[in-house]
Amino acid sequence: MSAKPETTNAPPAADTVTIEIDGRPLTARKGTMVIQVADENGIYIPRFCYHKKLSVAANCRMCLVDVEKAPKPLPACATPVAEGMKIFTQSAVTKTAQRGVMEFLLINHPLDCPICDQGGECELQDLAVGYGGDISRFQETKRIVKDKNLGSLIATDMTRCIHCTRCVRFGQEIAGVMELGATGRGEHMRIGTYLEHSVDSELSGNAIDLCPVGALTSKPFRYTARPWELINHESVSPHDCVGANLIVQTRENKVMRVLPRENEAINETWIADRDRFSYQGLNSADRLRVPMIRVKGEWQETDWTSALEFAVSGLRYVIDNHGAGEIGALAAPHCTLEEFYLLQKLMRGLGSGNVDHRLRQIDFSDDAHMPVFPWLGRSIEELEDLQAALLIGSNVRKDQPLLGLRLRKAHARGAAVMAINPVDYEFSYALAQKVIATPNGMLAALGGVVKALAALKGTSLPGEAEALLAGVSPGETERAMAETLAAKDNAAVLLGPYAAAHPQSATVRVLAQLIAELGGAGLGYLPAANSVGAWFAGCVPHRGLAGAATGTTGRDAFAMIKEPVKAYVLLGVEPELDTLDGGRTRAAMAGADFVVMMTPFKPGSGTDLCLDCANVLLPMAPFTETAGTFVNGEGRLQRFNGVAAPLGETRPGWKILRVLGTLCELEGFAYDTIDEVRAELDDAAAVTPSADLTGKVFAKQLGGKEVDLARVAEVPLYAVDGIVRRAPALQRTVDTPEAGAYLNAAEAAKLGLNDGDRVRVRMIEGDAEVPLVIDARIPDGSVWVPAGYRETSALGAQGPATVSKI
Amino acid sequence: MSTQPKTQSTAELISAESRAGIDRWIAKYPPEQRQAAVMAALSIVQEQNGGWLSTALMDAVAEYLNMPPIAVYEVATFYSMYELEPVGRHKICVCTNISCMLCGSGGIVEHLQNTLGIKLGETTADGKYTLKEVECLGACVGAPMLQIGKQYYEHLTPEKVDEILSKLE
Repeated sequence: MSAKPETTNAPPAADTVTIEIDGRPLTARKGTMVIQVADENGIYIPRFCYHKKLSVAANCRMCLVDVEKAPKPLPACATPVAEGMKIFTQSAVTKTAQRGVMEFLLINHPLDCPICDQGGECELQDLAVGYGGDISRFQETKRIVKDKNLGSLIATDMTRCIHCTRCVRFGQEIAGVMELGATGRGEHMRIGTYLEHSVDSELSGNAIDLCPVGALTSKPFRYTARPWELINHESVSPHDCVGANLIVQTRENKVMRVLPRENEAINETWIADRDRFSYQGLNSADRLRVPMIRVKGEWQETDWTSALEFAVSGLRYVIDNHGAGEIGALAAPHCTLEEFYLLQKLMRGLGSGNVDHRLRQIDFSDDAHMPVFPWLGRSIEELEDLQAALLIGSNVRKDQPLLGLRLRKAHARGAAVMAINPVDYEFSYALAQKVIATPNGMLAALGGVVKALAALKGTSLPGEAEALLAGVSPGETERAMAETLAAKDNAAVLLGPYAAAHPQSATVRVLAQLIAELGGAGLGYLPAANSVGAWFAGCVPHRGLAGAATGTTGRDAFAMIKEPVKAYVLLGVEPELDTLDGGRTRAAMAGADFVVMMTPFKPGSGTDLCLDCANVLLPMAPFTETAGTFVNGEGRLQRFNGVAAPLGETRPGWKILRVLGTLCELEGFAYDTIDEVRAELDDAAAVTPSADLTGKVFAKQLGGKEVDLARVAEVPLYAVDGIVRRAPALQRTVDTPEAGAYLNAAEAAKLGLNDGDRVRVRMIEGDAEVPLVIDARIPDGSVWVPAGYRETSALGAQGPATVSKI
Repeated sequence: MSTQPKTQSTAELISAESRAGIDRWIAKYPPEQRQAAVMAALSIVQEQNGGWLSTALMDAVAEYLNMPPIAVYEVATFYSMYELEPVGRHKICVCTNISCMLCGSGGIVEHLQNTLGIKLGETTADGKYTLKEVECLGACVGAPMLQIGKQYYEHLTPEKVDEILSKLE
């Protein structure tokens, strides 16, 4: 596994050679391999082990080609072009060589295509048609290899493996964790993990795409459909701010499988397991099929007209009796741009500014100074060019796996990646510096970096900052971080989900801004799902479309929970799971006079909250059943269409909101098509992108009250939204940690607790009874309890917690 | 967040003496290519462990050389000189590659099997001998040949084999 193929960007003329393939004169950059030049020019050379994103292994020999003056055929994947080289991909020598290789490959490969899940989309099957003989000369028995259990996502039929090692190289070179390997030699070589364990990479599903045969196939998809029965549709993933491009395959209006759609600027040829396997949630039995209303405590199914009229009369009642300020709307960050836009238009039309999508944020004190939309501050591709990155509250490898890959590439090119995090997350490379601390400790570390940078640059801080950081003195790590940021030309300070969820997130942001300014770095956010779209659409209480002033400022998401309103409109939200403060959210919903839920899923079946709180359930289409737009972290607008007709009586969100607007007799809701909605957004699309804060506010004190044990609430990657929470295969992976109280051994010992003890986590807002898990990655003074789980949803978002044995 | 169980540090399984030996090999390569010492390291810890490599020891080497464990298993399973199960005090490695085969290694193997009462790949009940078939050891000039410990024995005949066996403790 040596020679990495050079990437072929526009070749400088002096560096090129002229070659000839099948008589066609071609210009190629020196150092590129014959197969790359052929691919670029649409000349097909068969291959199994070669993949443009992986190193050259040259072990399958299928790409042997006839090269003039070469004594024998050469592998096109490992033969660099040379001046005057003449290659013949169709000559008798080439054909004979390739047929010979195919015969060898088929010696051990079972000829059981009819019962193989890869049948119909198998590279070996396809090429065997072209190159294979119709009769085998091989009389001996075939090799038999035991199947491995690689976990809930990848099914194995290792007898079919042809040892191309693509899966091994993927783990080693791309995902950064080598989990599969080739043990043994010759006839006894096996691909596997050696010791039985699951393949745990958050990108493991890509190995299924890479496998040219049926050795690694998708466990959830296995034996459910043949590729020729499937219809391909283009789509965009809703789960994180990458907006990975997808091919969604359907049969009879049901999503059967999801594959990556190549887009070099976004997801290259990969997708995360979350993008790939979440479709199981779309087909969940929890799907809401018909509108429902609750009359005198009893739920009944109804038609759309009655349900919508019921919803409107309920909202009207609240407005008439308590005023428009007493209704509030919460939207989940994975809704579409059009849905966000129409929701805020509806709310503002009704006279309420209470509309927000930032369900996992608590501190909104710097809202006035936020950029038009908090975004990455650079393109996804540009992440690779960073020379230094300071991650704050970010487990980028798991939160946005494809951005994690870009940062890994930056690291491979020498970038210093540093982190200030609440948990010692596992990275697939060594961090240059890290501070793992409690929420307060993170602020002290940020302050330390600010002070170290100020000292380094010889500048003084603003008076308020000086006062805020009076008690902070930078330690060695903070000084090293400061020096690295200051020394590198292309550096970024990136705020992850925990920076947003931090109890003093405004302080985190302002300190990050200071670090970026002092260190000459760019500030960026790793926003949730389509939250860039939500900001842009005006789905925030203080701003309208594209950051326009709205006159009145409504209540933010946390304020709507802390000081409940009388009526809620929920767009795609599962209240207790999509907010950090499930307990208080539950109370707010229960105390409200009227709750309208637009959701693809029935509450109460998967989550036990809202069935007794909501008054109307309107079945809203998930992303596969509606047209929409997602804006990714780099501000790229990606439009998509539905890939399947809405399930049952489900309707696209934008249509539901349109009718709600019309029934409320509001102006400007007479849209016939989604393009008319989009036209209003297009008019505002010229926004100057800057991720910087427009002003700085400083809190009076750094952090919250010192506590013995602070709860750290974080949403694991397969609990981020209702779709993934209902994808059983993802729920069985190691990335769905058990709902527990995670403490390090020292803290547990202090409390006299052992691993596995049933404990009660008690916070002001509520309790949870969970097992204790000893985890060395949790810093002293913190108890990590995952959010987005039913078992822990009664707990408060952040703050002091006690853990005691039951 | 992954809850992959954190394995305990295994590096202390390597004795100080072995460690010093491995360090001498590491010193021969550029610092960022520590893993180049993997073959030597496996040989050293195998010797420390009485002739075979346990999974824990391979993990220890992986940790010490900063490699993924599977990459160490790949090496250990590829080369025939590494043993993944306990072996007898004397590991008799008989070459059966082409030169030795042409010069009668088949008879040597048969004689050894009969004398020791075990088949290729097995260990005698008293734990004294392990008989193993290996690939070319580069001593074709002295075919047929075998290796015991660090010693090559060449130009073998059944009588010579008996003599060699009689001298082993």
